[in-house]
Amino acid sequence: MAFLELSGVGKGYGSNGSRTEVLRDLNLSIEKGEFVAIVGYSGAGKTTLISMIAGLIKPDTGTITLDGKTITEPGPDRGVVFQNYSLLPWLSVEENIALAVDQVFPDWSKDKRRDHVAKYIAMVNLTPARRKRPHELSGGMRQRVSVARALAMDPAILLLDEPLSALDALTRATLQDEIESIWEGNHKTVVMITNDVDEGILLADRIIPLSAGPGATLGPAVRVDLDRPRDRKALNHDARFKTIRGKVISYLLGAGKKARTQLTVARPAVLDSLEASA
Amino acid sequence: MSPKVKSYLAAALLPLIGVAAVVAAWSISSHTWSKDLPSPNKTWEASKPYVVEPFAKRGELDQGILRFTWYSLVRVAKGYSLALLIGTPLGFILGLSKLFSRAFDPIIQILRPVSPLAWLPLGLVLFAQSKPAALFTIAICAMWPTVLNTAVGVRAIPQDYLNVARVLKLSPTKRLFKILIPATLPYMFTGFRLSLGIAWLVIVAVEMLTGTPGVGGFLWQEYNALIYEHIILCIIVIGLVGFILDRMMSMAEMRFRTA
Repeated sequence: MAFLELSGVGKGYGSNGSRTEVLRDLNLSIEKGEFVAIVGYSGAGKTTLISMIAGLIKPDTGTITLDGKTITEPGPDRGVVFQNYSLLPWLSVEENIALAVDQVFPDWSKDKRRDHVAKYIAMVNLTPARRKRPHELSGGMRQRVSVARALAMDPAILLLDEPLSALDALTRATLQDEIESIWEGNHKTVVMITNDVDEGILLADRIIPLSAGPGATLGPAVRVDLDRPRDRKALNHDARFKTIRGKVISYLLGAGKKARTQLTVARPAVLDSLEASA
Repeated sequence: MSPKVKSYLAAALLPLIGVAAVVAAWSISSHTWSKDLPSPNKTWEASKPYVVEPFAKRGELDQGILRFTWYSLVRVAKGYSLALLIGTPLGFILGLSKLFSRAFDPIIQILRPVSPLAWLPLGLVLFAQSKPAALFTIAICAMWPTVLNTAVGVRAIPQDYLNVARVLKLSPTKRLFKILIPATLPYMFTGFRLSLGIAWLVIVAVEMLTGTPGVGGFLWQEYNALIYEHIILCIIVIGLVGFILDRMMSMAEMRFRTA
């Protein structure tokens, strides 16, 4: 059995008459140490998918298992980096990370915990800003804090929910490089949700398209067999990169899109607010 | 004149013009249609001993105005603390529990607009003495803004913060002190400020009805003694103190507006 396993997972919102199926029959196996990117349309249910793996919401059908155990509730073994950072505004950078570290490693000495926090702040290059509050930081810096918090918990798996989509292109590229170099260092199991195919190819071992909703499902996985570390400038001219990109995009625009055009059920507004808040 | 100097002048001058206009209207009224209303001049003459020696104690009913104010403030502080002590947890429970909220929201909406004049007699019936009755009245009138704002604040906590608590598996106590209270603090302070305003409003009525020494008690006593100048002195002092309290609470409130 794979490290993270989704079998027959489905989820819908609403009741009876106005019920909309968001995700249907998702099957996915992720090995330990693998970096998987799931690429899909906005509104296809990507956040719903990651929230189910995180245990924040329960699937209606199917099961999700991590390391052989069925996921029933959230826990610190799954480090989540949310799209909107989810930092506590009344705590400084240090305190935000320390809250997680103190909770996950209660048996450690005070000094050990403090050093641990400092190590992860340094890893995301935020040491000069460690005493600042989130509202004093730029979007990119906030997302770094969020990444540091998730990594500092030393989770079994890292769940990234469109971590870079709220950032400008340049900051985005910088953070992509940072995520890559951190991953090179620890080879954690990562599931990253993104709406950027290139980002997925740059970072992941495997890229899986999610078809358009409602009733979105996972398309055929594409293995990214490009050597690491990957250089974004060189990639543009790489034939394998272009092939991978072509495969993913043709699914998203072809088979993955048909689902949307065939099903003309109106998307209820409640879903948008749910996704915005989740 | 540079625009900067101009705006400074306007900021200093305009409020003075406002005060002058009201004093003028008062003066004209006292000389024309309301002969019983003391003029500003007469008010100042009669109030002078109370203002110049604000902490004097010449007798139980004849004390400096700030000494009376101090008595009132102490009484308000006690009643107000009681209001916060009861109101804040009540607000939290209302905000956290839908069941509790459905059960108690209607009765709160009915009790909330009841005047202090109506609560005081009930307080006297319950406690048989004017001191606890006064505290009861202040507390029960002043606690509602704290209750309701705290409840709104708890309900408005973003799901993100609660998700953080869930992912970290915080214990209920940790969740309360690390997430719920800090996230609600700005709302709580708005409630605290409004509650203090009401507590100060209530004190005058309470002191009038119970005849206890304080700025409100003094006001009523001087009305009965036909010394109308002192009524005006009391009104001005009550207003000024209320204003200062509100500014102090606003400053505290601003400090917690971090989010």
